[in-house]
Amino acid sequence: MKGTLSNVPIAKELDIVGARQTGRNIATELGFSSVDQARIATAISELARNIYLYAKKGEITFQQVEGVAPVGLKIIAKDNGPGIKDISKSMIDGYSTSGGLGAGLPGVKRLMDDFDIMSSDEGTTIHVIKWLR
Amino acid sequence: MEQRLRNIILEHSDQIIKNWLVKLDENKVTEYGETISQEAIEQTNREFVNVIFSNIESNGGTNDLQEFSEKIVNLGWPLGYLTEGMQAFRTVAIRTILEDIGETNNNEEFLSIMEGVNDWVDPIKNRLINEYSSNWTNIVSLQKVALQELSAPLIPVMEGITIMPLVGTIDTDRAKLIMENLLNGVIKNNAEVVLIDITGVPVVDTMVAHHIIQAAEAVRLVGSQCILVGIRPEIAQTIVNLGIDLRNFPTKSSLQKGFRTALEMTGAKVISENEGEGDEIENILNSIEKE
Repeated sequence: MKGTLSNVPIAKELDIVGARQTGRNIATELGFSSVDQARIATAISELARNIYLYAKKGEITFQQVEGVAPVGLKIIAKDNGPGIKDISKSMIDGYSTSGGLGAGLPGVKRLMDDFDIMSSDEGTTIHVIKWLR
Repeated sequence: MEQRLRNIILEHSDQIIKNWLVKLDENKVTEYGETISQEAIEQTNREFVNVIFSNIESNGGTNDLQEFSEKIVNLGWPLGYLTEGMQAFRTVAIRTILEDIGETNNNEEFLSIMEGVNDWVDPIKNRLINEYSSNWTNIVSLQKVALQELSAPLIPVMEGITIMPLVGTIDTDRAKLIMENLLNGVIKNNAEVVLIDITGVPVVDTMVAHHIIQAAEAVRLVGSQCILVGIRPEIAQTIVNLGIDLRNFPTKSSLQKGFRTALEMTGAKVISENEGEGDEIENILNSIEKE
């Protein structure tokens, strides 16, 4: 089991549930604890909702990776939306352009181990990894 | 021409039915039916072919198609059963007609036979598919309504105390429904304390938390208080990781603990009348916990 495990397109609100379910199943299969499963599911939920809310369409990809630990789950959230105007602001707790809590992205960063974000006016790609320890 | 083809089909109906049943068996269109008895499949096949013939005879003037489609949906058989059945019928019918007419090398005639058969088969197929999908859509929309009725119930358990158990995913639509039911219920039941139980909510992300915070704030505005209960350990950890502030209202791990707090807040108290004989309210609390 290496490389891309699954690919979930996000286009409607119900797809968020689908992505979360897929991610939780993969996390269970890889052997993550129930707390980490909840963290992963929550992070997917945030990322997928951001896609649905700001870009309307995109996809979530699940990959098994190797690195600081033998097994890690990498989640890639990719969209072709308008992009994030100010990334550093979007990573501050409480900052939201949509009237939400503004805890999404900084929250995801704390929920996961590795966090990487790239955004331009052609879209946003977020890579996060949770290592199995 | 069309009349002639029709007569050939009707004359050879027994043979067509036989060949059709054999073909269906060969194609194994019914292999999904591992749990369905062979007998039931054969019976349905016969019913299917009778429906086709009665439609050819009456030129589509019967309700058989609708009833048959409904039956297939209710049995839970896939749409493929109907489409493959009709395709098999088309093949068998064309072959039978060609055999009856005898060898023909005339392409024109062959095409006109095919078109003639298609002219009956396609409308039947289309009607079957339409009926099948509309039946299906109907079921889906009924289930949606049923789910909506289940989605945010409000249960008055005691004077001034109401419980709202939430089960399943909370999306934007449901969040609206929860807010409405909550506020209407609080006013109708004259509740002082509302317990929102999220034991059955799989993931609490920022959106769900935001909706709960808003609902609790709205409840506060109408003069009541919210207690959030059913916070599982892993949910507590993710809420902390997300940095969500739930300090504005009390939260408890279980409904039982929340109910005790609610009793205190409404000035009620659990008193044991006869020690050792079991406590009625304790029993109620335990039975709530099991729900």
